[in-house]
Amino acid sequence: MNEITVKVGMASCGIAAGASEVYEVLARRQKESGGFKLVSTACIGMCFEEPIVEFSGGKLGTISLGAVNPAKVEEHLRDYLDAKLPDANIILADHYDGKYNELLRGQTRIVLRNCGVIDPKSIDDYEAHGGYTALRKALTMDPEKVVEEVKASGLRGRGGAGFSTGLKWSFAARAQGKKKYVICNADEGDPGAFMDRSTLEGDPHNVIEGMIIGAYAMGADEGYIYCRAEYPMAIRHLTIAIQKAEEKGYLGKNILGSDFSFELHIKEGAGAFVCGEETALMQSIEGKRGMPTIRPPFPAERGLWGCPTNINNVETWANITYIINNGSSAFRKIGTENSTGTKVFALAGKIAGSGLIEVPMGIELRDVIYKVGGGMKTDKPFKAVQMGGPSGGCIPASLLDTIVDYDSINATGAIMGSGGMVVMDSGTCMVDVARFFLNFTQNESCGKCTFCRIGTRRMLEILTRITEGKGEPEDLDKLEELASNIIKGSLCGLGQTAPNPVLTTLRYFRDEYLAHIEEKRCPAGVCTALLRYEVIPEKCIGCTACSRKCPVSCISGKVKEVHHIDQDKCIKCGACYSACKFDAIRKG
Amino acid sequence: MEQDFSQLTESIKKYRGKPGILIPLLQEVQQIMGYLSKDTMAYLSRELDIPAAEIYGVATFYSMFKLKPQGKHIIRVCKGTACHVSNADGIKDALKTALELEDGEDTTSDMLFTLTEVACLGCCSLAPVIMIDDTTYGKLSPDGISRILERYAYEEGK
Ligand SMILES: Cc1cc2nc3c(=O)[nH]c(=O)nc-3n(C[C@H](O)[C@H](O)[C@H](O)COP(=O)(O)O)c2cc1C
Ligand code: SF4
Ligand code: SF4
Ligand code: SF4
Ligand code: FES
Ligand code: FES
Repeated sequence: MNEITVKVGMASCGIAAGASEVYEVLARRQKESGGFKLVSTACIGMCFEEPIVEFSGGKLGTISLGAVNPAKVEEHLRDYLDAKLPDANIILADHYDGKYNELLRGQTRIVLRNCGVIDPKSIDDYEAHGGYTALRKALTMDPEKVVEEVKASGLRGRGGAGFSTGLKWSFAARAQGKKKYVICNADEGDPGAFMDRSTLEGDPHNVIEGMIIGAYAMGADEGYIYCRAEYPMAIRHLTIAIQKAEEKGYLGKNILGSDFSFELHIKEGAGAFVCGEETALMQSIEGKRGMPTIRPPFPAERGLWGCPTNINNVETWANITYIINNGSSAFRKIGTENSTGTKVFALAGKIAGSGLIEVPMGIELRDVIYKVGGGMKTDKPFKAVQMGGPSGGCIPASLLDTIVDYDSINATGAIMGSGGMVVMDSGTCMVDVARFFLNFTQNESCGKCTFCRIGTRRMLEILTRITEGKGEPEDLDKLEELASNIIKGSLCGLGQTAPNPVLTTLRYFRDEYLAHIEEKRCPAGVCTALLRYEVIPEKCIGCTACSRKCPVSCISGKVKEVHHIDQDKCIKCGACYSACKFDAIRKG
Repeated sequence: MEQDFSQLTESIKKYRGKPGILIPLLQEVQQIMGYLSKDTMAYLSRELDIPAAEIYGVATFYSMFKLKPQGKHIIRVCKGTACHVSNADGIKDALKTALELEDGEDTTSDMLFTLTEVACLGCCSLAPVIMIDDTTYGKLSPDGISRILERYAYEEGK
């Protein structure tokens, strides 16, 4: 019989959910009595069930438990060792009913194949799962052949724009220059997305191996991983991985005995969304203010320190080992004609299965949300899914049969983006969401272009006015006009796409804008200034709970009599609404 | 307040004359000094022969650099999309109330806490999320905030 292995998910979100306590209990037990191997792994994607513990190697097969309580984990372990099914929250199991067995079945894991499976701090574990075989294979191929293979795979950049990776590589490979660079863009600025964090925390070697192969193919001898400083664990795991890869001869001089040498560094970002834009990112690595520059010259001609440079997103790099190992035709079999392979999405918001998923391109959005994502979190109905963050848009329920591929998503006015999917229900106000994104881009604009700097500010002012109930009928035309000028007058993607969240919500949720402007009403009950709290006389039993909570004492009424809210004094704090146990206060 | 720059000698020696060092250097200096004062930046400019305007330009561009003294514990409230639709504003208000911060203030008068916003902490599945120093707290509700802060205040014996 195999050795019993116990794995604990210890990625950032696992730790935030209390995985360290669970691990400590198990570690103590292991030290005292042994009998099993304890491994820390990263994110298997079911962040909503953290902390997660997986038992394997015993008679029961593999079983994963979710929301594990540190006080109970020893008992679960004992049961497992005794081949008795733990009386716990079983989320995945190979021989038994796991609550979420179905969710995994809808997925195809290429990028995330090792995440939550291996110990990301162990290069041996990575090698045991086929690690660094792609590099060995690539080194036996001509560099041009490697570029050809990537081109033939149809892989498109996963950082947002979806440009053909192989084509981009061929530009950099052809560029003249003694020195060339490759860069991994791990700035992941989209607020509401965490694919790259999980990938780097969970399987750093896979990204590094992809970069080494790319450097070989393009003739680069130095590379950078530009990572957000807000991701301390990703940086830690990368640092360990680079060091281990150097020790094993996968990085450094004369890699695996060949005459190819490659050096890799980590650069920490310093907190500026625009630095995710490739030209700004290179300015930032050079130690300057991260302001986008005019293209051409493209990075492939003149990039970092003036040398030809190729920059790809984390997920793009993470696809390379699979393509080299399995061939471009195997990759092309997954997905659609123009969008091959898989896409990783970070599901968040009002969805039951929030976390990280990887699905084949071509899947319907409806299946992503209701099958793989487990449907809505509460019984409030689905309203929209936001894709592409501040550059993207909101896709309404009527378009849920849209398939996940670059062209189909673009046709809705949203974009594929880097993979953030924030699900919204009837309790989300779409005007407020548009305002939220405009506030974000307006803050993050680098200020170089007038329309991006001031135009977004004007749009934000209008949106704020609308959410405060001071909107005017002409505002919607003004928004559309500003939007088209900002798109035309901006140098980089930040400005060019900043109006998208407004344009898509105007397109699909115009009624909601009109309700704010004409009826001074927020249908979702979010915009505070438009809210009204009222006592429903038939339901009020006069318990006085509300009036005791009201910070401005504007609720009057005697015990056991119907209460009344003075609308002129009410500051709409909502305290009465939460205090009432009898649903006798109406919000709207 | 007079600042002691002698602690910076090592860092300056390490970075002097190298290209592209400004950001890591400022990160290191901020770690030592707590924040980047005008005097510190002027000192670096003299020592490294980099124009003060360039240093100031970089320091003001990136949100990581702090030009004012910071509290002992940094509280970052996530204002990303997932947290926004899960009532991040309510969390921020609860923090401001608990820390007794006025509008426009970000650091408590006892210099124990500084409250800032961050675009996304990458734990969106646990929204709403805050991070205190290096620890992330998720699935919060405004009512639960004071319990978390108590732990930090307790360590200070307050
Ligand atoms: C404002 C702005 C922010 C961006 N942020 C990111 C980011 O965080 N991560 C990323 O990979 N690409 C980002 N991009 C896209 C990059 O400019 C670039 O297209 C990408 O890194 C190329 O890699 P790919 O071809 O593998 O997608 C951003 C672009 C803009 C305009
Ligand atoms: S579009 Fe905006 S962010 Fe981009 S360069 Fe112009 S001002 Fe800067
Ligand atoms: S919303 Fe707040 S201010 Fe208004 S009546 Fe209720 S408790 Fe009082
Ligand atoms: S809390 Fe509800 S039931 Fe009680 S007095 Fe107020 S409105 Fe009436
Ligand atoms: S399962 Fe924990 S990071 Fe996702
Ligand atoms: S939106 Fe708050 S952690 Fe991502």
